Amino acid sequence: MKRQTECQAKKQNDVLLEIQDLSVSFRMHGQGMKQKELRVISDLHLNVRQGEIVAVAGSSGSGKSLLASAVLGILPRNASVCGSVRYRGSDLTPERQKRLRGTEIVLVPQSVNFLDPLMKVGTQADGHRKPRHTNRRRQIFKRLDLPEETEKLYPFQLSGGMARRVLVSTALITDADLIIADEPTPGMSLNQALEALRMFREMADKGKGIILITHDIDLAFEFADRVAVFYAGTTVEIALASDFRKGPSFLRHPYSKALWRALPQNGFQPVAGFQPYAGSLPRGCLFAPRCPHCTEECTERVPQMRRVRGGEVRCCHAS
Amino acid sequence: MPLEAREISFRYGRKSPWILKNFSMTAEKGECIAVSAPSGYGKTTLAMLLSGYLKPEEGSILLDGKKFPKKGYCPVQLIFQHPEKAINPRWKLRHVLEEGGELQEELLAALGIEKAWLDRFPQELSGGELQRFCVARALLSGADYLICDEISTMLDVITQAQIWNVIRKEADMRNMGIIAVTHNKFLAERIANRMISISRYR
Repeated sequence: MKRQTECQAKKQNDVLLEIQDLSVSFRMHGQGMKQKELRVISDLHLNVRQGEIVAVAGSSGSGKSLLASAVLGILPRNASVCGSVRYRGSDLTPERQKRLRGTEIVLVPQSVNFLDPLMKVGTQADGHRKPRHTNRRRQIFKRLDLPEETEKLYPFQLSGGMARRVLVSTALITDADLIIADEPTPGMSLNQALEALRMFREMADKGKGIILITHDIDLAFEFADRVAVFYAGTTVEIALASDFRKGPSFLRHPYSKALWRALPQNGFQPVAGFQPYAGSLPRGCLFAPRCPHCTEECTERVPQMRRVRGGEVRCCHAS
Repeated sequence: MPLEAREISFRYGRKSPWILKNFSMTAEKGECIAVSAPSGYGKTTLAMLLSGYLKPEEGSILLDGKKFPKKGYCPVQLIFQHPEKAINPRWKLRHVLEEGGELQEELLAALGIEKAWLDRFPQELSGGELQRFCVARALLSGADYLICDEISTMLDVITQAQIWNVIRKEADMRNMGIIAVTHNKFLAERIANRMISISRYR
């Protein structure tokens, strides 16, 4: 009995971040005094274990960056969050988020606007930590192919790819246990992107957890352990990265298959239609209006997450 | 009317190193050129020069053998790399689009722009959604050439394929020239008729 609980405790420790039924909505002003709620993330599940890279792929505007903000507690004031976010087995309360962010949980922000325009990037990457890790930061800059003079430049003097690499270095320099990288690679050349991802892999191999939000899914498949596919604010599939490497027949959800086929090297075929707008979501499966296998059942009720072939999928036809 | 960069040289300030030196290229209407180079080699600088946001220190940028017109919209339009920095944060998105020209519902629908988004402020939308507005704004202005500086890296692959299909279709219809900066060689092979690369001047 004792052994069993110990075993369970260990297993729970293993899970770094646990997101269950997360919903995020925004309060917006309608006409006059009316206010309305716009739900942008609904019933989202995601687990991150130690030593693991979870890639988050999905449509733009599906709530990937909002998920990052929700975990860190930096959503705008008109947002409300429900559901549970647990870090190391206990709830992430706003106070705890405030204490942990920047030290134990760090973010690689998506926008280069996050750099302070009036501060040299070297000083910025060192951060507020004392003593300053200048030597370590120089090593990281070197690995990321940033020339030595870069540290003396201001953000406006950097190219898009260089700014992105500075942002990545701000996270790699910390000893955080959980890194949320929100689109770290755009603007980088292939070799630089591979090097950045390799550095994330090394961090993961040291036992840290990494959420890699990305559109460069072909690169992500090579480095991630699992891939979570988002669509219209919810997870539609969680699969092993190896399934994505093998091809569409190993995937479960029609949207994941469509993503695979839309890659320029795999056919560049778009699916007709667009992701539904958060204000007018369909009643049943969110992908139903664009799905080739849509039946009456799909349009009537929201399918639940279920386990299929070692992955999880939210589709009633998956087998 | 070809768009031509004739022996241009550029550097940011007198003391800084040259970014481009004696660089020449010509684009014809109706063709799509992909520009590739490692990060920091001056791709964005070239895009800004070609669209008239920067002036070359030596050499000249010519459209149909003449300099850009001083009045009206520039016939060469640039779509920036970071949409969040290319949109006035205090304008509602309808206003942003109207700056380009009269709204065309068909075009907006093809780009997947929701009607409800038109009455929102830029900070309420995601990067990928804003980029569609930037594409629409450039297309609405009726430009002869479109310079696309890494416009699809913040889009998911399905939307990326959709947006490029819209741009290619519009380009064919109006015989518009496209110069696309991209790191993704698979994408470049898909969209471009030919590719050029920038080598570092040292």
